[in-house]
Amino acid sequence: MSLTAVLYLALAMFSLGLYGVLARRHVVAVLLSIELMFNAANLAIVALSWSRGLLSGVVLVLFSIAITVAEVAVGLSLVLLAARRGKTTVLDDLSELKG
Amino acid sequence: MTAAFFVLGSPLAAFAAIALLPPLRRAGRPAAYLTVAASVVSLAAALTLALPFLRGGGTPVEASTLWAPLGGSGALRFGILVDGLSASMASLVALIALLVQVYSLAYMAGESRPALGRYFAYHALFAFAMQGLVLAHNLLQTYVFWELVGLGSYLLIGFYWEKPEAGRAALKAFWTTRLGDVGFALGLLAIWTAAGTFTFSELFEKTAAGSIAMAPLALGLAGLYLGAMGKSAQFPFHVWLPDAMEGPTPVSALIHAATMVAAGVYLMVRVSPLLAHAPALSAVILAIGVLTALLAGSLALIERDLKRVLAYSTVSQLGMMMAAVGAGAPEAAYFHLLTHAFFKALLFLVAGSVLHALHTGDLFSMGRLAGKMPVTAACFAVGALALSGVPPLSGFFSKDEILAAVLLGGHPIAFALLLANAGLTAFYIGRAFLLAMGGDREAAGHPHESPALMTAPMIVLAVGAVLGGLLAGVVPRLLSAGEPAHAPIAVATAGTLVALGGLALAWMGYQRRSFDPGRIRAAAGPLTTLLERRYFVDDAFVFVYRRVYLGVATAVGWFDRYVLDGAVNALSWGTWQIAGRLRTIANGRAQDALYALVAGVILLVWLALAR
Repeated sequence: MSLTAVLYLALAMFSLGLYGVLARRHVVAVLLSIELMFNAANLAIVALSWSRGLLSGVVLVLFSIAITVAEVAVGLSLVLLAARRGKTTVLDDLSELKG
Repeated sequence: MTAAFFVLGSPLAAFAAIALLPPLRRAGRPAAYLTVAASVVSLAAALTLALPFLRGGGTPVEASTLWAPLGGSGALRFGILVDGLSASMASLVALIALLVQVYSLAYMAGESRPALGRYFAYHALFAFAMQGLVLAHNLLQTYVFWELVGLGSYLLIGFYWEKPEAGRAALKAFWTTRLGDVGFALGLLAIWTAAGTFTFSELFEKTAAGSIAMAPLALGLAGLYLGAMGKSAQFPFHVWLPDAMEGPTPVSALIHAATMVAAGVYLMVRVSPLLAHAPALSAVILAIGVLTALLAGSLALIERDLKRVLAYSTVSQLGMMMAAVGAGAPEAAYFHLLTHAFFKALLFLVAGSVLHALHTGDLFSMGRLAGKMPVTAACFAVGALALSGVPPLSGFFSKDEILAAVLLGGHPIAFALLLANAGLTAFYIGRAFLLAMGGDREAAGHPHESPALMTAPMIVLAVGAVLGGLLAGVVPRLLSAGEPAHAPIAVATAGTLVALGGLALAWMGYQRRSFDPGRIRAAAGPLTTLLERRYFVDDAFVFVYRRVYLGVATAVGWFDRYVLDGAVNALSWGTWQIAGRLRTIANGRAQDALYALVAGVILLVWLALAR
């Protein structure tokens, strides 16, 4: 598989994730979409690093995955809190920051 | 020079102690004794300073320290000038302050202890300020203490603050003198511009050397004179002094007869070497002085209140002193200042003694007090005769010198008017004396002689009022002026005759009842009205305040409220409207914000690529 093909795959994943973040109404779905965008970025880094015969990209991505795990843990606990407090998991209902 | 620091320092220390130690202030009498002790020290130190000058051998001493360096050559200095004028004035101030404070020990004995402490704290503050004003070696320092003296006066006039009239009188005194002090401040600016220095000695040197532009200097002197008009109650700023009688009587004796009101004259005497170069201003000073003397003298004729008679008399005598300054005879003015301090302080203490016994100052509720208060009556008589200018009492010599100076200075009209004022003076003080002490009416209540603490200071002042004439030869030495031109004997005779005439007229009207003053008063209808309304000067001030000042203030207020505030309000209203529109964007939906974010990123990327 050529580098270009992998990058196109990453682009497709990113766009899909972006669409999900912007369009899905359920908070968990939005979180999933964010993960998708993350992984698209990881994939692009690994591909570029591999194409030049370097390992540093791979190492970086390992860290990135670890951070992502933490981020998901925080994100999910926020969702749980929102569900418990506001009795909702729909993003549009969480609009207390309106001006 | 050390003595000068004691003159200033001991009242300041007493004031600081009483002000900073509340238990001392609340204890009352200890605070009073502390203040009196400080005054004794101050008097001793002042006399040490003055004695060489009184003997005729003193040399002026000046000591100063840097206060504020100014860019360039100038600098503001803070210092003390001890010469014949300041040393003798400091002695006078310390002496009168001491006597009045001793007198107050008895006079104010009925006050509560904290009030007594407060009273003596103000006294100490005033004594410090007055000595600072007297010993100041430059004009700016004079100004600082000038205002402090005004503060002391304000506090003491308003001492009975629970009385609304007292509070109003204190404010009136402060504001009226403040009005003049604006002139003082402007005068300081003009003098700095003209001469580049505030120090008296330098000013005199530069003026003598002719290195100062005379026109701006004269302008500056006019400003100083405005300040002096306020302090020394010259027309039309005289309105505050009669009202200041709301204060305790000893305060009137100290501040509003002997020392503070004389500060304006003192300042003019101090700058008299400069004044000699401003003939136009001198003419104005002479004219206003004569006008003040006559107006106030005539107002004293119909006054019912003993203290207010004395207040108008003070205004009138200050007018005479200023007239002497204007006629180019500062030594005559200063001589009269010294003698007047004695006999007028004496008269006020007498008034206090009467008030102490009767609890009223109304002349028409008094009568035949001489038998019951012999010492007070004797002191009143001495003071009245000295004020009238009957030889050989002190007032005769100083008044005579002023009259002579005005006549020899080539002002015959002013001379005639001042001579007439001398007659008025004799008449109104004779009237006050006879109404209070003589007559055929018995005073209500049971008047009694005042305690020794009150009579002793009165006797000391009475001795001063009798012997003050001996200073005649000393005063020119103090001012290092030449011998004054000797008064023609005719002037002395005329002055004496007029004084005796005034006294005789009062005797006929109020003791012998040869004529009825009430009928003359009724016959002179419009004139009486004019006097009763005090020449409408107070009304003029009220008119200026109500119509002119408040009118301008209303216009300015309208402009501020509707034009300036309007612009600001319009700005805030516009912002509010725009914000109202914009706030709909921030609807709190995370995804809408993300849309904007993504759109922004796309825009930035596009911009980056398009370049």
